[in-house]
Amino acid sequence: MKIKLVFHTVGRVLLLEAALMLLPLAVSLIYGESCALAFAISAASSAAIGAALKRFCRSESKNLYTRDGLAIVALSWIGISLFGALPFVISGSIPSFIDAFFETVSGFTTTGASILTDVEALGHGLLFWRSFTHWVGGMGVLVFIMAVMEKTPERSVNILRAEMPGHNVDKLTPRASGTAKILYYIYLALTVLEAVLLLCGGMPLFDSIVHALGTAGTGGFGIKADSIASYSHFCQWVITVFMLLFGVSFNMYYLLLIKRWREVLKSNELKCYLGISLAAMIIIALSIMPLCGSIADAVRLSAFQVSSIVTTTGYATADFDAWPSLAKAVLLILMFFGGCMGSTAGGLKMSRVTVLAQIARNDLRHALRPREVSSVILNGRRVDAQGERQILSYFALYIAVIGAVFLLISFEPFGIETNFSATVSCVNNIGPGFGQVGPSLSFAGYSAFSKLVLSFAMLLGRLEIYPLLLLLSPQLWTKR
Amino acid sequence: MKIIIVGCGKIGQSILQSLISEGHEIVVVDSNREVIDSVSTNYDVMGICAAGTHFKTLSDAGADSAELFIAATGSDEINMLSCFLAKRMGAKHTVARIRGSEYTSENLDFIKNQLELSMVINPERLTAKAIYNILKFPSAVKSESFTRSRFEMAEMSVKPGSALDGVELSALRAKSGASFLVCAVLRDKTAHIPRGSFVLRAGDKLGLIAAPEDMQKLLGNMGILQKRTKHVMLLGASRIAEYLSDELIRSGNGVKIIEKDAKRCDDISAALGGSAVVIHGDGSQHELLDEEGLDGADAFVALTGMDEENLLLSYYALDRGVPKVIAKLNQDAYHELSEHLGVECTVSPKHITADVLLRYARALQNSMGSRVETLYSLMNGKVEALEFIVSPDFGYTSIPVKQLDLKPDILLAGIIRGGKNIIPCGDDVILPDDRVIIIAAGRKLYDLSDVIAK
Repeated sequence: MKIKLVFHTVGRVLLLEAALMLLPLAVSLIYGESCALAFAISAASSAAIGAALKRFCRSESKNLYTRDGLAIVALSWIGISLFGALPFVISGSIPSFIDAFFETVSGFTTTGASILTDVEALGHGLLFWRSFTHWVGGMGVLVFIMAVMEKTPERSVNILRAEMPGHNVDKLTPRASGTAKILYYIYLALTVLEAVLLLCGGMPLFDSIVHALGTAGTGGFGIKADSIASYSHFCQWVITVFMLLFGVSFNMYYLLLIKRWREVLKSNELKCYLGISLAAMIIIALSIMPLCGSIADAVRLSAFQVSSIVTTTGYATADFDAWPSLAKAVLLILMFFGGCMGSTAGGLKMSRVTVLAQIARNDLRHALRPREVSSVILNGRRVDAQGERQILSYFALYIAVIGAVFLLISFEPFGIETNFSATVSCVNNIGPGFGQVGPSLSFAGYSAFSKLVLSFAMLLGRLEIYPLLLLLSPQLWTKR
Repeated sequence: MKIIIVGCGKIGQSILQSLISEGHEIVVVDSNREVIDSVSTNYDVMGICAAGTHFKTLSDAGADSAELFIAATGSDEINMLSCFLAKRMGAKHTVARIRGSEYTSENLDFIKNQLELSMVINPERLTAKAIYNILKFPSAVKSESFTRSRFEMAEMSVKPGSALDGVELSALRAKSGASFLVCAVLRDKTAHIPRGSFVLRAGDKLGLIAAPEDMQKLLGNMGILQKRTKHVMLLGASRIAEYLSDELIRSGNGVKIIEKDAKRCDDISAALGGSAVVIHGDGSQHELLDEEGLDGADAFVALTGMDEENLLLSYYALDRGVPKVIAKLNQDAYHELSEHLGVECTVSPKHITADVLLRYARALQNSMGSRVETLYSLMNGKVEALEFIVSPDFGYTSIPVKQLDLKPDILLAGIIRGGKNIIPCGDDVILPDDRVIIIAAGRKLYDLSDVIAK
């Protein structure tokens, strides 16, 4: 690994974070809040450390290889989470640094799991910062840097690939920075559209911006104790639709933009995503019908909760912890699936699910007719043996990570349902779970150790395991 | 500029490398998944794994908006077809690699017109041409000529104890009595643009510019002129050997070709109409080379498909006292090794082809301002020599050269005005419609106005 080059880039990321903090700073100044000072101090320290890293880690070599890309992404994410936590600590809103770190990681990884018991006590600046981290983390910090930077280093595609899996060989434009720009344009346009629609639905300006940011990153930090439940039905439907939209691969929107809609129709990932969501909505609507007064209410609640979980957003309009077991079981299974590859959603991702299902089907058929030749198709293209193996090994790692995290936090006195759903919820970047971490409660009860473990789990989930795990490998740190 | 490259083999990848360092947007199409994977990992390009003759592939690659479309697969017909399709879809300029011997020049002209190809490249023919140029002028490692051969440029190295070793450039100029310019010196792997007080040392590589007759005189006066070749021995009867023999025979050389494969021997003997001596035998055996009169040859050119063989046998030929030895090398890694072995004159088909395309792309890029007419790279690409036609819009005409504030590492090396060549001194001026030759070390020029420091 080229340590100097890696830290140089991390320095750049911290400088960017300092710049990003100016936005919440402005928000707190508008509302005349004292946390403006906290943002100023945090931005200054982030800028100072960033500039120092950038300055003192100059590297001759400009070639970024795969492992440098992985290291840059992993270290940058840890770095921005450490500095992003400062405003909460300095302003005194979250006195414990570990709590603030958990909250920030949860923001950047677009999880939306909170340790706050009373969200409404937080100032506007801090609330904005929480949701803004969702927006930035959703598409990726380094992708953002590539989008705004004029000249990207050679082979910078390795960064794009490490932070934004799913854009493997199919870049949208010849240059990585061009791809990053297009992704951010689409992202920004959809976010603005949602905020405007929410505003039209009668939501106050600040609330609509914050919720649009949270939806776009598929994050899920609310600013009310009951999340979205107190807003109008229109706003709830808008958020439902947009959550689903942000769970779709951004490549699809680009294809639509350049009028290649035929390829969009060919995407079996998209069909699988919409099919599974629809099926889940119907099952849950039927199962919660007795609790709700009308069909309309059942459909609305079911559609919202399903969209929220399947896209790993984590907003809620109902306390689904109190729902019948069937509905909860469906939601728990949905937590694993996640959105489409190349969207801002977390989880296993639908493309992997479709490939895994096809592999399983093929092997079953193979047991019946050993000479049969079959293939795995993803979005109109054949997945070769190496591709199959990659997905299978990712799946194995993914299960192993869930198992390990679950084991590590199992000493907590909350029972299996709470611990397991907390693990699943964090690894898949969802937010709420069941039991003690249900939608109306928070992660405040967990010990400092468990919070660190869960923070790590969230980062693992967001960066798709490899970058962070490789950071622990001594081989990454050697020059060889 | 948006460029699409179909076919990313040795040649395609070399083109890709040189174009990407110029900052173009490049889409690569290849039907081999592994090639696409490695290319899109190593370079910031968009890779598409599909056949280059599919309408859909080309439209995905954006052929309709491409300014330059290059088809460099191994198959001539695929190249023609995909260029034709791309042209019909709206690609502005198409370049096809066509090298089959069945495409004779009149056949090729017809194809080029009908398919509206902007350029046809034949790497083997280009390489043969480059080797021929060197043999024509064997004192140099490399020699190129600018418009209508008004200026020749030669790259040569300073040998220990030669007339150039330890000489100051201004003294050299006074001594030689010819009008010439040392435009670049490569020392310790860095390129310099030397001043008059520069002292040459053994091991330096020089870039010289002079009119052809002056070049002969200059080298004669310095006592390093080698006479033109008369007997050339070629190792390996490749396509390059065929083209090269053709040129050599036409200019009155005797050619002897040594080839292992009996079938190839028959073919080349027939193709050259019996005017070359073709020997069937294993050229890697020193006895055979000696028997065929290696020490009597004026030049030895190793053209087999194996870099290692070319290198080692060239070394052997040098050892035997052959005055001019050229080795064909495909792998970049061997260039350094070859210099260590003393085989300083090497040719690489892929680099020669890439240079041609680079020049073409540069010319397309600034068709607005002063056009790049010719572009040569010297000293392993560290120095570039460019010929521009001065457009009337160039804002620095009629100003004495000494008053022009040129950027560092830029040299105005020659002016061609009408039928006259001028090696510019301080009082010469640039006029519209002149052709000027600019040397740039470690800097890329796109337009003539780039040379002026602002």
